[in-house]
Amino acid sequence: MRTYTIALAGNPNTGKSTLFNALTGLKQHTGNWSGKTVSLASGYYEYKNSRFRFIDLPGTYSLFSNSADEEVARDYIVFEKPDVTLLVLDSTALERSLNLALQVLEMTDRVIVCLNLMDEAKKKGIKVDAGKLAQKLGVPVIPISARNNEGLDTLSEQLLLMCTGSIRTTPYRMKYNERLEEEIAKLETELKLIVGDEYPARWLAIRLLDGDRKLIDTLKQKLAASDRGGMIYGAAKALGSTNR
Amino acid sequence: MDETNILQHLHQASLGERFLIERVDIQGELKRRLLDLGFVPGAVIEVLKASPLGDPISYRVAGTVIALRQEESQLIWGKVMPS
Repeated sequence: MRTYTIALAGNPNTGKSTLFNALTGLKQHTGNWSGKTVSLASGYYEYKNSRFRFIDLPGTYSLFSNSADEEVARDYIVFEKPDVTLLVLDSTALERSLNLALQVLEMTDRVIVCLNLMDEAKKKGIKVDAGKLAQKLGVPVIPISARNNEGLDTLSEQLLLMCTGSIRTTPYRMKYNERLEEEIAKLETELKLIVGDEYPARWLAIRLLDGDRKLIDTLKQKLAASDRGGMIYGAAKALGSTNR
Repeated sequence: MDETNILQHLHQASLGERFLIERVDIQGELKRRLLDLGFVPGAVIEVLKASPLGDPISYRVAGTVIALRQEESQLIWGKVMPS
């Protein structure tokens, strides 16, 4: 049986862990405050002769590595490359959730968005047009209520379809101003020579322009640790790594 | 005319008032953090209440309550909205 890896990402208190528990049947307890999910919990779930391995990433508002939590979540998505990053959004606070969503869409195109807490939203009189959101974001958007086990079948089906490559996404990518885009394009081309298709070159370019030192260090380590011979050797050297 | 003359900072807004953010005058990690929390130009912030000693003050931003110290709220510029 094939096993696919699904990373759960989202803001704190969006019900990520509830969804995780509902799908894997685990009783992983997480509390009502940010940063509770520190080490990565993982659990399995079988669906139609496939196995999903779910990784419950720490809940964060952002992935710019302001904290250990954000770094863990970000590094997992970019460097571990799960088959799908399942983005859990709070339907009652979409404005807040979408900040993280846009960041994730910049990092990978294997994203499924689920709108959790739909029951809460309904109670508050909030209507969310999932179809329109899917169109704008360029990835599948599935309304669910993890607490009431609603929408989980549809979600499982979409996960399987994406894992088996039957869904193509066109994730929304932020356009920056002209000068920035010029610099991004320049760096992206150079980065492509180093990382190939291994890591998201455009996203890396943006992070480098932002002066993200920690990311440069992580990238160096990853490239040095990879044992793909000459190309990586050259790459590590190009990035000034002494640890080859 | 220099626009900063007519802008107020968030700390000048009174309890119960709504404040439209126009500029966040902070650099580096703190700015990043504030933006992530929803203190972005164009956002409307509601001043909720002050802690017993007057600082920090809590604000409603993007549907959640976040408290800021004076050092931070003084660097967020905009206008109090007419009620």
